[in-house]
Amino acid sequence: MDYNFQFNVIWRNFDTLLDGAWLTFQLGVFAFWGGALLGLVGAALKTYGPGPIRFLVDVYVVFMTNTPALIQVYFLYFGLPEVGIRWSSEACLLIGLTLNAGAYLTMIMRAGFLSVRKSEMEAGEALGMSLVQQIRYIIVPHIAKSIYPALANFFIVILVMGTSVGALIGVDELTGTAINLSTVNYRWLEYFTVIAGMYVVLTFIASIGLALLGRWAFRVKARIF
Amino acid sequence: MPHLAVNDVCAKYGSLEVLHGIGFEVDRGEVVSLVGPSGSGKSTVLRALVGLTPVTSGHVEVDGKKIDYGSSQAVKAARDRMAIVFQQYNLFQNMNVMRNVTLAPIKIKGRPKAQVEAKAIELLDLVGLSEKRDAYPDQLSGGQQQRVAIARALALEPEILLLDEVTSALDPELVNEVLDTIRRLAREGMTMILVSHEMSFVREVSSKVIFMDDGKVVESGPPAEIFDTPKSERARDFFGKILRH
Amino acid sequence: MERIWEQLPRFFTAGNMGLLADAALHTLSMTFVGCLAGFVFAFVLVFLRQTPGMWAAPLRMVCILYVEVFRRIPFLVVIYLVLFFIQAVTTDASLFTIAVVAICIYAIAYTAEIVRGGIESVPLTQVEAARAMNFSRLQTLVMVVLPQAMPVIIPPAIAFAVSFIKDTALVSQIGVFELTFRGKELNNKGFSGILVFGTIAMSYFIISFPLSMLGQYLEKRLATPRGERRLRKIWIP
Repeated sequence: MDYNFQFNVIWRNFDTLLDGAWLTFQLGVFAFWGGALLGLVGAALKTYGPGPIRFLVDVYVVFMTNTPALIQVYFLYFGLPEVGIRWSSEACLLIGLTLNAGAYLTMIMRAGFLSVRKSEMEAGEALGMSLVQQIRYIIVPHIAKSIYPALANFFIVILVMGTSVGALIGVDELTGTAINLSTVNYRWLEYFTVIAGMYVVLTFIASIGLALLGRWAFRVKARIF
Repeated sequence: MPHLAVNDVCAKYGSLEVLHGIGFEVDRGEVVSLVGPSGSGKSTVLRALVGLTPVTSGHVEVDGKKIDYGSSQAVKAARDRMAIVFQQYNLFQNMNVMRNVTLAPIKIKGRPKAQVEAKAIELLDLVGLSEKRDAYPDQLSGGQQQRVAIARALALEPEILLLDEVTSALDPELVNEVLDTIRRLAREGMTMILVSHEMSFVREVSSKVIFMDDGKVVESGPPAEIFDTPKSERARDFFGKILRH
Repeated sequence: MERIWEQLPRFFTAGNMGLLADAALHTLSMTFVGCLAGFVFAFVLVFLRQTPGMWAAPLRMVCILYVEVFRRIPFLVVIYLVLFFIQAVTTDASLFTIAVVAICIYAIAYTAEIVRGGIESVPLTQVEAARAMNFSRLQTLVMVVLPQAMPVIIPPAIAFAVSFIKDTALVSQIGVFELTFRGKELNNKGFSGILVFGTIAMSYFIISFPLSMLGQYLEKRLATPRGERRLRKIWIP
């Protein structure tokens, strides 16, 4: 292989890459929280809702989890303008990712709902707790503890796999920025090696933060590695 | 010359030394029992003999041939001559009884398949399970599994059979079927070292009893001597506690 | 909306459907080949990772790093790295091959964790019994550990491969003629995005949904003490 690696030009544009990484992080956080909200509603409807609603939640989950996030985003970006809905590429990505994450998070949170045992609620009642107190002191801590590792893991998945989809509709997150910059000076290998490293660093920071948060807030031992 | 001589063996479990210089001798055809409080290192002696717990110093001699456990060849040589039966039977869950018994002789020792299978049927007969040869371990009771495990060890044609608390995991009504098998082997002149809590059985079957405490041999001798007139304070204390019941 | 109605007859032609069927075949075959190769290499990686001894410490580190690093890089970035790396070495590799290599590299990292979990689910006592009978490390793995680990490994490995079918959509970016690429092509020809990407989404769904059901079924069937025997019956009827 007679390829000469030249990293100089990458360091000159490193600020631009950092901007991309920052956007990646923001997109990941917003899509995750949007998805978490959707997932909470979805799981609650699936658990306590009437039959037809439960069926609709199932359809949503099964459809979103069996089709590519990329196609969902393409649908919003290339399809919706035909019916007069024009969103920016960032908006399409964020909405698409949120809807996609919502389906996966519905499954994760539903598992959490199911993990609360009736006996624990009864124990709470026996102690004279009100419903609000039961939710506050029994249900929420229990669910948080049982699904926190899955949530933390899923955040990393969105941060990495999810946001990079944006590169294909022109969002200048980390991968998109690298594509833009490399088409100018053709240092593809260098740019992509560097951003691969940046993704690793970014997700490590996120993992450590999540592990600390989990330990502090829910006394969960989440794995960093 | 003794059949097996254990000389000053030390063994480590992780970073913790559990055997501090063990020594004893076993003659051909003899049944030797290791007894003592739990945590005294009895099972570790058997595990060290087959190289499952690393030996840090000392060596053993089998028929005068030295095995120092320093190399994988030495460990192989030890495993060639001794076979172990575990408390939890440890039959291979993915194989039926016949394959459990025949796998190692065929694949590891390279013996002809027909000969090994004939021998396996003989051994299963000996332990009274020849009709179970196609069963899988999870279809057998604990006692049956343990008898298969004994047959599996015998199929390796070991010179010395090591039995590690082979009845401890069994329901009381299943203990006797396993003990009967061991009695039979003793009658046939099999050299055995056994770790057991069945004191009356130990007394009946052993030619020598070794009392261990804290990773050392405290005293050894014929069963009557060790059980009835122990010389050491610790042995008196131990037997006093367990034989009172 | 009228535009979609008007395009329907022109869109659902035998030619276009044949094109999509062929594209679906590309999607499936590259996922299958890539994940299968990844599955095999994952075993090698896990085996190397469990090499005992001080001298093997760097080897173990490399194996751990591989899994950790590739799980933290977007698949799209891996595709580009593989594309440009291979093109720097040789100009002969087809885009399909490049896609398969990228899928394989990614699949190794994910399946290695599944394989490791399966192997660690086999009790250590099984290994000890084999070692005490003079089985070598490799013999123990092949004859005793893997047969028992397989029922634990196979369902999640299939689930991974099935979910990865969707992620291979990103490979369209380097020009492999798979579903997403054909979708973009049809969209560029002037067909409605709603129509095209709706159809493409349905195509993925038709592939992915039954396979994921199969995965769940296998998981239920194999998650028993006799799973290994069932597995053998499925393989060798």
